[in-house]
Amino acid sequence: MVVDCVVIGGGIVGSAIAYGLAGCLDDVLLLDGSDGDPRAAQANFGLVWYQSKGVGMPAYQRLSRESVQEWRSFHKEIEDMSGVPVEFVGRGGLAYCLGDEEFEARQAILSRLASQMADTGIEMLSRGAVERLHPGIRLGPEVTGAAFSTLDAHVNPLRLLLALQRAFAHRGGTIRRSESVQAIETGRGQFRIRLKTGDVDAARVVIACGEASRVLAEPLGMTLPFTLQRGQIIVTERMAPFLAYPSDRIRQTACGTVMIGATKEDVGFDPGTTAAAAAGLTARAIRVFPDLAQVSLVRQWSGRRVITPDIAPLYERSAAFPGAYACVCHSGVTLAAYHARTLAQRIAGRGSWHEMEKFSARRFDVQAA
Amino acid sequence: MFRLLEQGRSGEDAVTIDLDGQPVRARAGETVASVLMREAEAWCRATPVSQARRAPYCMMGVCFDCLMLVEGEGLLRACQTYVRDGMKIRRQIGARHVVPSC
Repeated sequence: MVVDCVVIGGGIVGSAIAYGLAGCLDDVLLLDGSDGDPRAAQANFGLVWYQSKGVGMPAYQRLSRESVQEWRSFHKEIEDMSGVPVEFVGRGGLAYCLGDEEFEARQAILSRLASQMADTGIEMLSRGAVERLHPGIRLGPEVTGAAFSTLDAHVNPLRLLLALQRAFAHRGGTIRRSESVQAIETGRGQFRIRLKTGDVDAARVVIACGEASRVLAEPLGMTLPFTLQRGQIIVTERMAPFLAYPSDRIRQTACGTVMIGATKEDVGFDPGTTAAAAAGLTARAIRVFPDLAQVSLVRQWSGRRVITPDIAPLYERSAAFPGAYACVCHSGVTLAAYHARTLAQRIAGRGSWHEMEKFSARRFDVQAA
Repeated sequence: MFRLLEQGRSGEDAVTIDLDGQPVRARAGETVASVLMREAEAWCRATPVSQARRAPYCMMGVCFDCLMLVEGEGLLRACQTYVRDGMKIRRQIGARHVVPSC
């Protein structure tokens, strides 16, 4: 089998890139893993978020903002093509502050972001202003205010994944499930992807399979520095709508459940959930909205993020083996629009790769020197 | 409507629960769902989406169709909740509100 491009990884990152590539290239093959593989894309909180990103790294700030902006048209595009509503709500997003210290710390972050970009679209709201955004529910006494960004949004991440894959298929792409890449061989300007089900030859290969990416990218001359971070999320029973805006830790979904997240834990490959995490997450949520104490929890789960040393994504192009690319990041939902549009076009050879260089792992070598 | 196979000894082990304001006799040690099933109106809730009425279904804690509002405890599976004398049970109509309107 010979194709133009193979994308390894059928999560939100790989599916977004594959969908974009299918608009540029003839034969794109997306290789998805098995149900037993770790799947960060299916454990996701669902924020389309830029208000806290890129402190000290203006390129990441611009990237996040651009993608959040692109989402305005992107969600309609994939919904039309896939027939899957992704429940995108883009009225803005909040980061609640408890006590004066958190308010001041958040204000300091906003000042730093404002020094990097004109008109960030993020502002601090007083407690009174936050109250006016939530006529249906009372705030806890400790809430001092919140950061509010007008562009931040949320989406149903499971529906997003389905929509991306259906839209990809609609554009003529092929998905193969339960695949496991044994090796990527090089030679004669082609890549041979060795699978248990047979080999596939391709002119281009994109490695976007999260924590499994490193071992595939290394032989192609691409180093991917990242660590794993466990995130636990809990979700409540369905409630009548009372939260008009998502926040970084609490959001009400379209079906009425309230998602509360997420922990950031360094526990290696441990896929478990803990009572301590549930207690910690709910305690904070109740300090923001005391009435949530009456609401039942129905589920708790965990997933593993890939976290680069500066949190920003890694976009890698192999110098030794032209045509090989890697993309690793923890913010696949936020960046889905950028990945499907700009990144996919650059991989397909449209436009200069120059702007992507800022997101190469070489940025870490510079810091070390 | 369901009825008890063994009508019996309704004396010392009888409790009374409050179902939507109406007193309902029950046997100690039975579940809220089994009491409800003997009522003429054997439905426990109306769904959040279409307001369709639901009744206890699996009776073993799996299907979550028998959710009812138990005073002081929230929305519980009636089939997994034992009756207590004087407990107040409400049918849940539509989506629950985080701030009760009453």
